[in-house]
Amino acid sequence: MLRVEQLTIPGLPDLTFEVGDGQCLAIEGPSGIGKTRLLRAIADLDDVPGQVFLDGAERHEMPAAQWRRQVRFAAAEPGWWGETARHSIEEAGGTLERIEKMTSDLGLDPAILDRPVSQLSTGERLRLALVRALADQPRVILLDEPTGALDKASAALAEELIRYQILAGRTVALVSHDRGQIERLADLRLQLADPAAGGSP
Amino acid sequence: MSSYVSLSPADLALASILILVNAGVSMAFRLGLERTLLLTTLRMVVQLLLIGLVLRWIFQQTSPLWTLLLASIMIAAAGREAITRQERRIAGWSSYGLGTGTLLMVGTFATIFAVGGVISPDPWYAPRYVLPILGMVLGNSLTGIALSLDTLTSTAWRERAAIEARLALGQPRLMALRETTRRALKTGMTPILNAMAASGIVSLPGMMTGQILAGVDPVEATKYQVLIMFLIAGSTALGVLLATFGGVLLITDDRHRLRLDRLVTKEKAPAG
Repeated sequence: MLRVEQLTIPGLPDLTFEVGDGQCLAIEGPSGIGKTRLLRAIADLDDVPGQVFLDGAERHEMPAAQWRRQVRFAAAEPGWWGETARHSIEEAGGTLERIEKMTSDLGLDPAILDRPVSQLSTGERLRLALVRALADQPRVILLDEPTGALDKASAALAEELIRYQILAGRTVALVSHDRGQIERLADLRLQLADPAAGGSP
Repeated sequence: MSSYVSLSPADLALASILILVNAGVSMAFRLGLERTLLLTTLRMVVQLLLIGLVLRWIFQQTSPLWTLLLASIMIAAAGREAITRQERRIAGWSSYGLGTGTLLMVGTFATIFAVGGVISPDPWYAPRYVLPILGMVLGNSLTGIALSLDTLTSTAWRERAAIEARLALGQPRLMALRETTRRALKTGMTPILNAMAASGIVSLPGMMTGQILAGVDPVEATKYQVLIMFLIAGSTALGVLLATFGGVLLITDDRHRLRLDRLVTKEKAPAG
């Protein structure tokens, strides 16, 4: 179970919430409100005051690397290194079999793994980044617009893969602008709003 | 040394005509550099004259304290030069601390190595040996350090998505920044490798030229130049290594986060 306590992101009220195993939390709110910053804070990629627990263990009780191998952030605009996608996906860990299976589950020919990343389309890269994020089976998956740049058919395949992760008992936090997708995947919803904008007379 | 020809102020005035060529280029192409050129030329002449006078006085004293004082000023100035012109530098005093600290270490190391182990002047702190060696080591190391830190911060900025993707996968900071570090090290080492490869064929190093003009036998001058090259190469490599890894630690934190918020761009940098 993922538990967030008094997480203080600038411009937002302190956040406290829980997401259980096998549950998906949708994080909603206008652009620029801090949805990405919330995901990054949970992954401990930004220095944000507050506490985040995974099964009772706080993120700062363990080395950062160990935390992020369990609590995985997948960026909306994923970065790549090395020549091919295979290079960075294999560095992430996970068996070759699983990597190639997920690649074809997302509608991609596994041969694409050996093509230079610079020759791939945005949508192909986004799907391969999803493979990379899931390859070593992290416990918590923080997805920042995982289907934002995908066509309908590819988005449906990606959604299917995410649903499978939830069914397998993993915890998912999802930032998405696709209302239908949130309806289909999310068990819980968190609406982020600027307290100054809504509350002031 | 009968071959040594002393230069009169009139000789130097004659040579200064050459600067007019620079001024001519600037005016012909409207580069707007005339003012800078004039100021820079004056600054160079004054700086060199002053240091000539200071050195003459300090050489006469042969006092370890005065030598140490001048050495400290040189190191502090070099530390500032190494950082000031960076496109994106690490904010606050830490970048100057890194530059100056690195130069202090390599300058001290190379100079003591040279006067203690190789040249052995009497006394060992003789300013005539210590200060020029320190100066050459600092001048070259600072170029290497400045280049490697500049490459480190600009590459980390450009590749931030890839670096953060690696950190998000649970890679430690040294691994996530491995290619960035390697590029910074390589860029910092390149000038000294070029200088070594080109020396003697393309260029006669300034120190050697100076000694030959002052009447020293070319082979003797060469021996000193080779010593200086070794000192410079070793200290540059050490300086580039220390500065790059120090820089990696400064643009990340102990929770293995990329801290590009600690960089300031040149325009936004506060004065001083």
